[in-house]
Amino acid sequence: MDFSVLLTDLPTLVVVIIGVPAVLAAYIVGGEYLVRRLPDKARPSVRPWIWVAPALLLVAGFLVAPAIGTLAQSFEDKNGAFIGFQNFAAQLAGFPTGGAWIAIRNNLFWLIFYTLFVLAFGLLLAVLFDRVPYESVVKSLIFMPMAISSVALVVIWKFMYAYQPPGQPQTGTLNFILNTVFHQDPRTWIQDESPLLGLFPLNDMALIGAAVWGIVGFSLVILSAALKGIPGDLLEAARVDGAGEITIFRRVIFPLMMPTVVVVGTTLVIFALKAFDVVYAMTNGNYHTDVLANRMYQLLYNSHDFGGASAVAVILLLTVIPVLIFNLRQFRAVEARR
Amino acid sequence: MTVAVASPTSSTTARFSPRWLSDRLGGLVLHVVVIGLTVAWMVPTIGLLITSFRQSADISNSGWWTALSPPFKFTLDNYSQMFAASNLGQSLFNSFMISIPATIIPVTLAAFAAYAFAWMKFPGRDWIFLALVGLLAVPLQLTFIPVTTEFVKLGLTPQHLTAIGLPPFIPLWLAHAGYGLPFSIYLLSNFFRALPSDLFESAEIDGAGTLTVFFRIVLPLSVPAIASLVIFQFLWVWNDLLVALIYVGGVATVAPVTVTLVNLVGSYGQNYQLLTAAAFFSMIVPLVVFLSLQRYFVRGILAGSVKG
Repeated sequence: MDFSVLLTDLPTLVVVIIGVPAVLAAYIVGGEYLVRRLPDKARPSVRPWIWVAPALLLVAGFLVAPAIGTLAQSFEDKNGAFIGFQNFAAQLAGFPTGGAWIAIRNNLFWLIFYTLFVLAFGLLLAVLFDRVPYESVVKSLIFMPMAISSVALVVIWKFMYAYQPPGQPQTGTLNFILNTVFHQDPRTWIQDESPLLGLFPLNDMALIGAAVWGIVGFSLVILSAALKGIPGDLLEAARVDGAGEITIFRRVIFPLMMPTVVVVGTTLVIFALKAFDVVYAMTNGNYHTDVLANRMYQLLYNSHDFGGASAVAVILLLTVIPVLIFNLRQFRAVEARR
Repeated sequence: MTVAVASPTSSTTARFSPRWLSDRLGGLVLHVVVIGLTVAWMVPTIGLLITSFRQSADISNSGWWTALSPPFKFTLDNYSQMFAASNLGQSLFNSFMISIPATIIPVTLAAFAAYAFAWMKFPGRDWIFLALVGLLAVPLQLTFIPVTTEFVKLGLTPQHLTAIGLPPFIPLWLAHAGYGLPFSIYLLSNFFRALPSDLFESAEIDGAGTLTVFFRIVLPLSVPAIASLVIFQFLWVWNDLLVALIYVGGVATVAPVTVTLVNLVGSYGQNYQLLTAAAFFSMIVPLVVFLSLQRYFVRGILAGSVKG
């Protein structure tokens, strides 16, 4: 490997590292300077737009415009002619196993289990780790999977779920444990659709498990930052008043962390709806493990069915609306409290 | 590893320690649970680490734990094959050139916007904010075709940018900023909104301008939130494969580490065992970023800020 490029091009990197923030700071300082030259009355109505404009422009270009194009395409056939709701009808036909229904069912599983596990583990670990002196060590270790790219994550979990027929030495970690500790036959984790608790297919849960493993560091870090934001004197005051630790968690810590729990929860719900990498690379939607984002990808890049892919994307976007309403109520509540 | 050094002594006081845990037996249970969960969580990573030092034939024939008992047959083959890739140095440099601005730009712009969303009043504010949260759900795969078309129209391709003397990484900076902004604004404005309003009132009485309030009060008080955002945005960009493949594709002078490493594996996946070594190589930088920012996650930054 030739690392000399790192040294010869270092000045470019330095220019970029200093230049980019300088441009951004110049923008906001310049913007404020212009706002101050406006008449007093005009200032409050112009100022907010100076602060939000660059962000909104980028979002408009990269997300809003393509989203509007998608919405339009979901009502068109392959030649761009308007066909009403036919694309949606095709995706929603044949309940419960036709069209996009398997993907919708699996996204529902992802929504419930991925969100709950990640949120619960993150909260539990944040609270437990806060009480030990080696917090930063264990936090870094739990965080490590976050630093692994999704390509490598799939490689890891293929080793975890690997299957050899009974009687042969197992190469997968989970089947080895199943075999030697629990004396059971190995299972084909990512193909086995037999339901757990009579309801949830094993292979779906296996895929969700791999994704949960990779993302818990995310909720741990944010929830732990929120936990650190709770003023210590507040907790001491509660303790002096004779409140038990569980009461303190329920009545003081949890309510104060609630806005952050909502942020992390909302983000996780959306991650669950967009789940793609793990499914794409481990089963590619086979064995009834398909999810909406993978279905959309297949329609888009394999079948070149732009209308169908757009319809799936619109279904995905519509499912977010309840989450948005919940958020609106949440931040209105925070606003009312101050 | 020198992870332990970073451990802040402030948390040793265990301020949340429940009474039923505070006796020594309870303390022991706490340590067993914490260490047990952490070790269980590390099993897949340890498996990958050991696998990365094994021969490819052994990998498919026996589990990674068998390598822990004699005869030891560890090898550096996977690592030496990976380092033999001639353009790894160039792509490492590219990864820095992509990831640093693609972190700074969205985090800074999001801080500006989040400040406005949390503490300024303007028509349509709540609806724009909600739309931003909703845009988190747009599948990126959907935006690739229209955005690529626009990039070509606007001349934002690596070849054209190099020809006119601008950094060829600009399309990736803008794309990662656009994709990262909804989450960044969402996270930051929730933190900003939770800041005590007395702070802003007393600053206004003192005659502080908007810029002063933002740079002297809002930013310093939000350091833990900003630090966590920087970590996530950085590692999402650093580990990104898809966006880089789509927008700069085959241009080797612009390709980041992820693209180079995936190309190494080969189109039929014949060298997939190299990914085990690659995973650890590409993990180093995000972990350093995480460890160096960890000291900002400390308690009590807000404590006392309202008094006096």
